[in-house]
Amino acid sequence: MTLIDLANPTRFLALTARVLPWLAGATAVILLIGLYQSAMAPDDYQQGATVKIMFIHVPNAWLSMFIWGVMSMASLGTLVWRHPLADVAAKAAAPIGAAFTFLALVTGSLWGRPMWGTYWEWDARLTSVLILFLMYLGVMALWRAVEDPSRAARAAAVLTLVGAINLPIIKFSVDWWNTLHQPASVFRAGGPTLDRAFLIPLMVMALAFTLLFLTLHIAAMRNEILRRRVRALQMMQVRAYSSDVKPARREETASLSA
Amino acid sequence: MFGPYAYFIVTSYLAAALVVAVLIAWVAIDYRSQTRRLRKLEQSGVVRRSGRSATEMT
Repeated sequence: MTLIDLANPTRFLALTARVLPWLAGATAVILLIGLYQSAMAPDDYQQGATVKIMFIHVPNAWLSMFIWGVMSMASLGTLVWRHPLADVAAKAAAPIGAAFTFLALVTGSLWGRPMWGTYWEWDARLTSVLILFLMYLGVMALWRAVEDPSRAARAAAVLTLVGAINLPIIKFSVDWWNTLHQPASVFRAGGPTLDRAFLIPLMVMALAFTLLFLTLHIAAMRNEILRRRVRALQMMQVRAYSSDVKPARREETASLSA
Repeated sequence: MFGPYAYFIVTSYLAAALVVAVLIAWVAIDYRSQTRRLRKLEQSGVVRRSGRSATEMT
């Protein structure tokens, strides 16, 4: 099956039926390994046991940006190539991205209180991630506000692409401004500054959360395709009903006027 | 177990577990809801132009 074959929703549904059980199984196994490694990781010499919050905070923070990136690519697919599954992918990813961004904010806040002495600070990194969360909610609201899926898709695609400006701002906020948040310690020019004892569990948890996103995203895309089939059948039902009723009404009107 | 930071660590992991559980439940409930609606529509006589079942996955 080539990539172009997946443009057909029925073929995509067939693929999801085969892939989803394996993806869900792989996610569960890798998540269990990651949780075990996180539990066994030593305390940090400065942060103590709170370093364990990193193993869920960082993967969620990465995914919050990655998912908006996925939505941006899908938005290009909607606007430029008019791919039939592009807006399905973008719409299905938004609630999952919002949930992971919410988790990044909550776990970051719970990590910040013992380390910084505050749950929240209006610094560049925290504020830009909060804006990302609000943008996710905005895209979801837009999808619900416009009834016609193709019109909603175009509006949401434009909003998503405009919102993608926020991604480099989030990434480089710790370099451009003087923030409370620490600078990058994994994906940086000189290599990771984290010790292997923390880096390995972190990467395993990041893989587990990425697989979790893929599983949920494919399942949510399948649901969205089914929702559109419901809508199409309901419209067919309405059309069939109105074509049955109209001639009967015409006859009724004619007999009344006679 | 985690000393003075137990509250922050346990709350973080519980929050993550809760949000992931909500996401899984949302996807599962939505799937059941859509397939039920499709079956109802098909039972009422509305069929796709292709004539194939709307809940067909293969």
